[in-house]
Amino acid sequence: MQPESAMTPGLEVTVLVSIGRHPLTGRARRADQDARGVELARSLADAQVRLLHAGERDESSEAALRGYLGMGFTELSLLEQPEGADVLPALAEALDATSPHLVITGERAERGEGSGLLPYLLAERLGWPLVSGLAAVESVEDGVATLLQALPRGQRRRLKVRLPVIVTVDDAAPAPRQSAYGPARRGAFEATAGPVSVDDEWAAWHVQPARQRPKRLKIVKAASARDRFKAAAAKAEGGGGQVLTDVTPTQGAEAIFTLLREEDVLR
Amino acid sequence: MLDILLPILIFAALALAAIGAVRRIRLWRQGRPSPVPVLRGLAAVPRRYLVDLHHVVARDKVMSNTHVATAGGFVAAMGLAIVVHGLGLAEGILGWLLLAASATMFAGSLFVARRRRDPPARLSKGPWMRLPKSLMAFSLGIFVVTLPAVGVLPAGFSQGLGSWLVALVLAGVVAWGLAELVFGMTWGGPMKHAFAGALHLAFHRRPERFSTKGGEGNRSTGLKALDLEDDQAPLGVETPSDFTWNQLLGFDACVQCGRCEAVCPAFAAGQPLNPKKLIQDMVVGMAGGSDAHYTGSPYPSPERGDRPVGEHHGTPHGPIVAPASTKDGKALVDAETLWSCTTCRACVEECPMMIEHVDAIVDMRRHLTLEEGATPGKGAEVIDNLIATDNPGGFDPGGRLNWAADLELPLMADVERAEVLLWLGDGVFDMRNQRTLRALVKVLRAAGVDFAVLGNEERDSGDVARRLGDEATFQSLARRNIATLAQYRFDCVVTCDPHSFHVLKNEYGAFYPEGQESDYPVWHHSTFINQLIEAGRLRLAPGQAARVTYHDPCYLGRYNGEYEAPRAVLQALGVELVEMQRSGYRSRCCGGGGGAPVTDIPGKQRIPDMRMGDVRETQAEQVVVGCPQCTAMFEGVVPPAGDEEVAVKDIAEMVAAALDTTPEAPPAPRDASTAQTTEEVMS
Repeated sequence: MQPESAMTPGLEVTVLVSIGRHPLTGRARRADQDARGVELARSLADAQVRLLHAGERDESSEAALRGYLGMGFTELSLLEQPEGADVLPALAEALDATSPHLVITGERAERGEGSGLLPYLLAERLGWPLVSGLAAVESVEDGVATLLQALPRGQRRRLKVRLPVIVTVDDAAPAPRQSAYGPARRGAFEATAGPVSVDDEWAAWHVQPARQRPKRLKIVKAASARDRFKAAAAKAEGGGGQVLTDVTPTQGAEAIFTLLREEDVLR
Repeated sequence: MLDILLPILIFAALALAAIGAVRRIRLWRQGRPSPVPVLRGLAAVPRRYLVDLHHVVARDKVMSNTHVATAGGFVAAMGLAIVVHGLGLAEGILGWLLLAASATMFAGSLFVARRRRDPPARLSKGPWMRLPKSLMAFSLGIFVVTLPAVGVLPAGFSQGLGSWLVALVLAGVVAWGLAELVFGMTWGGPMKHAFAGALHLAFHRRPERFSTKGGEGNRSTGLKALDLEDDQAPLGVETPSDFTWNQLLGFDACVQCGRCEAVCPAFAAGQPLNPKKLIQDMVVGMAGGSDAHYTGSPYPSPERGDRPVGEHHGTPHGPIVAPASTKDGKALVDAETLWSCTTCRACVEECPMMIEHVDAIVDMRRHLTLEEGATPGKGAEVIDNLIATDNPGGFDPGGRLNWAADLELPLMADVERAEVLLWLGDGVFDMRNQRTLRALVKVLRAAGVDFAVLGNEERDSGDVARRLGDEATFQSLARRNIATLAQYRFDCVVTCDPHSFHVLKNEYGAFYPEGQESDYPVWHHSTFINQLIEAGRLRLAPGQAARVTYHDPCYLGRYNGEYEAPRAVLQALGVELVEMQRSGYRSRCCGGGGGAPVTDIPGKQRIPDMRMGDVRETQAEQVVVGCPQCTAMFEGVVPPAGDEEVAVKDIAEMVAAALDTTPEAPPAPRDASTAQTTEEVMS
């Protein structure tokens, strides 16, 4: 779909932004990971960055979305969707129509379903590659992006991916810049009505705040400071896990079921 | 010969001065409009000059007398010279008066010359160094040319052989004096301060600062509200022309005496701020050009010692701070300079020209925060926390009373009315301040005060957001706090945080909904405790043997003029109070105000370290403070090796420790106990 020789100048980037939720007060805000995605996009040289949000528009969501405008944008594209709608078809259609080179989004939303599946479903639908957990975009040359993927424990993996591509960022990406009040309130919403597909299942769900699960205590038996340091610095080890290979789906499911029972996730 | 030359010289100087004045006024008028009462302002100048300005100048007796002689002599001499020499009316007493005036001026200028022989670092050099010579030229010149007019010198004086030569020399000397003192006033010489200063007094942005015949001026320390109604208007001050015109006029009035520099804690700490240079930079920006001609102390630089002058330049409509997109770009002022300020107001307190440095700095910060999103350090995080959780630390707003779980504090939501609304402030989340709050509660209960707290309904007062330039968040917090306060009935608000105190007392007034106004007094806890002691409601055990010193918090002292009450409380406690060299209105900042701890601009040393040095000089065992910020800053100071640690105590803790609880008598009727304690306190 994209010409092979997509050069750096005029690199078109779309950042998918959602409405966040403050973990303590539940107030609407710019979502942290999405804001990091915007910051990543802003750090790309010669990129034309477009912000895209699909969802409903009301007072609190508008205030949250203006948080992204305050990062130095004059407008934000808004696909108006009613509450509870599945935004996937609308987003896919909009991306298909504008055909950006790079789509950046957070790993998962801070409210709503928050399953983290949207980028994957979107990539599947558009037939684009997806790279998760990005720390940086190092360069974009000749239609190929060199990406730095964040792995656990500070490790990084360098990947070369042909554009267009969907990338997701998590907390390893650079912290977002401050949102400035002036540009935020002057910014405009460019609202378009996308196709609406009502998510019947979601409508039937009952949503309640998650109960905080007790944390498993990490008991360190150490006699010396050196042992304590080693224990603190040690890699997280599964220990009690088991590796199942060549089992039938039923056996696998049973093993998972047993584990969930043991862990008191299922009762 | 002189009879012809002198009128020409005088009227030429006056004409040139008039042209210069028009040009200067046009420079000021580049600023934003700000309506002023022109005639009433001009009429108020003599009083504002002679009473209010002189009150500040008179803190330095020698300079004050010097200025009275020089300036008074000049004004009189110039006025008389126009009459005597300009219009040729030398009859009678006028000539003698002119002689007296110019002689007084000459005496004054001798003192100015002495001052300039080995000037302190805070004084600007350059053109200021020639000022005593110009003053002498004028006064001597006028004196000598007046002598023949009153007949002291023989008439032959102007007819002799060398008369042409003498006349020319005299005319030259007088011309020099006139150039510096008359049209130099409006063309930008050192005497500019007289012209701009007089008009600055007339059209000051805070006219309420000045005393009137009716009484004292108020301190007028609350920041001016930023109008957020128009959502397309750019916010804050980006370019010099974004200041109001009378602010620009104020900058132009600067006499470069450097008193602000001498008291600025950031300058002393080697942070890149010098209030005098900042004001001069604004003048440079207003007129356009570079700061190369600045002759005072430059901004300090932690790495290089001093930041060289000449690297910065500006225009009236160009940015003051180079936008972030132009990396390494320099404009008029570096952002770090603006963020070094602790808003302690020491510069404003000292300024004999009544310039409002803090207003200007906050105006420029407003642009950086609201338009550029460039609050440095942890500033952005603090602002985000304030937006999301209503407190700067990002703590759960539902946990504001966790520290007082065992105290059973009465909630306003339950009691709905109380004698005192106890405003706790964000110190509720700080373990150190929780000790202060517990002490304060103990004191209030011992005095039988009927008080209640807002609990989780309380929000940050907005102080730090406002000083960081985030006027939007401040106004949002202010409006919501005002709405909460409006629900309850109370006689007064008491708080142990001078920052909340100042904001509630002086800055919330502008945000009340139309038709409402704040109808309650706000007290700092030191004032309130002092009232309790004076009313005999507190029984104190006498005889605490401790040597203490008291640190005046900026927001209590300079912002609100409360110097007496804390000292009276300490006196009632019977402790030995030793004053630091800089106390009262000259108290040095702890470094905790204006968001300085969160923006954290590096310097050569830390401001609280310097202040604790002041404390150690007094050899006090304890330093008593009345502010959670000061407590936090001072407790963060590591004593020099070998030195005893000086205890930092809030005044409430001192009082709580001194409460007389010995006679566990059954609660007597209040009247009886009042009489008893009054005696104790007085003995």
